[in-house]
Amino acid sequence: MRAVAADRVWKYFGDYPALRGASLEVEKGACLALLGRNGAGKTTLLRILANLSKPTKGQVTTPDRRKVGYLGHGIGVYDDLSALENLKLFGRLLGVQNPHSTAIQALERVDLARVKDGLAREFSRGMRQRLAVARAFLHEPELLLLDEPFTSLDDRAVAVLQSLLRDARNNGATIVMSTHQIREAMELASDVALLERGKIVFAGPQSPEMLQDPGWLYRTHGEPQA
Amino acid sequence: MKDGLVAALAIAGKDLRTELRTKESLTASLSFSLVILVLFSFAFDLGRDELYAISGGLLWLVYSFAGALIVNRSFARELPNDCLDVLVSSPAPGWAICLGKTVAAFLLLVTVELITLPFFGLFYNIAWWHSSGTLFAVILLATWGIAVVGVSFSAVTVNVRLRELMLPVLLYPILIPLLVSAIGVTTALFSEDPQMLSANGVSLQLLIVFDIMYTSLALYMIEFILIV
Repeated sequence: MRAVAADRVWKYFGDYPALRGASLEVEKGACLALLGRNGAGKTTLLRILANLSKPTKGQVTTPDRRKVGYLGHGIGVYDDLSALENLKLFGRLLGVQNPHSTAIQALERVDLARVKDGLAREFSRGMRQRLAVARAFLHEPELLLLDEPFTSLDDRAVAVLQSLLRDARNNGATIVMSTHQIREAMELASDVALLERGKIVFAGPQSPEMLQDPGWLYRTHGEPQA
Repeated sequence: MKDGLVAALAIAGKDLRTELRTKESLTASLSFSLVILVLFSFAFDLGRDELYAISGGLLWLVYSFAGALIVNRSFARELPNDCLDVLVSSPAPGWAICLGKTVAAFLLLVTVELITLPFFGLFYNIAWWHSSGTLFAVILLATWGIAVVGVSFSAVTVNVRLRELMLPVLLYPILIPLLVSAIGVTTALFSEDPQMLSANGVSLQLLIVFDIMYTSLALYMIEFILIV
């Protein structure tokens, strides 16, 4: 059963085609690592899947927005609200049943419960990142869209994120994450898609070659670089 | 619908809470309003009749400038940490985001206006309290109009580099009918001239029509503005 589908999606920024007929299908419960070099269109595709941008042409199918969790480049939390206030706000926006207790539980999961009343702007970078992770997982989404989730995370935040992603997978959630960190992604990914200059040039299950040699996928399926 | 209203209230509460903590736009708007009132009181040496003739225009000039300062922050405060992305990708419908932000901007602007009004009376010796009921009705109606149009244009200009400049350029031409109506009624109220008041009766209705029209348009259009 498909959880996410993109069908011949084009996206133009002015005259520049950031996506050129990208097609993708992700089965329910799968974890897809969306790979590609800078400017390949990973963020654009994820933004379209997250309903942050409209495709110029083509169609996307995603679950109801209530069931989607999104973690983008920015941490997406308000500096002038406390950790608890941030999560309660997003709990209300996401329609969770009891925003207060859900927020407290989420803060405990990322080890921020003891500083729940501290303003986000007073937190260290690692704490802010963990708060962002708690926000994205707050409503136990069926689909997680993660844009380079491991980039610039400290080791503690990486461990928290990996643990939450494993739990989400065990609970049947579908994950689509763009990344440059192939080794970290491969620990979780069941499937891999390679995006090059706005096109999906490879999509399939993870294979041992990808784990052993991070460059193998680019050499085998990628377009030759000038 | 109920979920949307809950989301709108949550967004309004968040905007008010962050504003009360940072006082970014409140301080700027309030101090700007008071400075303008003081400067105008020194700049012109007007007779009683002339003063009453320009009183409505003066008050709404101050209020509309104060409004631009407040609505300018409305969507701009979502930019740090890419909070706008999280807001837009949430299940909250676009109209709820717009409504929540409009309610917050409206309450902030009304606060500034109510603080400024006694100073206006003091500096210009205008007894605004004689018809305070109708005056408050005009203030509430016109302020809602400024807030709803301002918030929409705040969304339009949120990613524009010179948004502080662009917002007033886009906002004021749209607000002309609203401001003309508000000025007309306010001047008539301050003058306590029955003939002038009856002549401006239609202005109050125009404010209501403006509010209904632009509120509907803003709530409908906001998703097209935010998701491109």
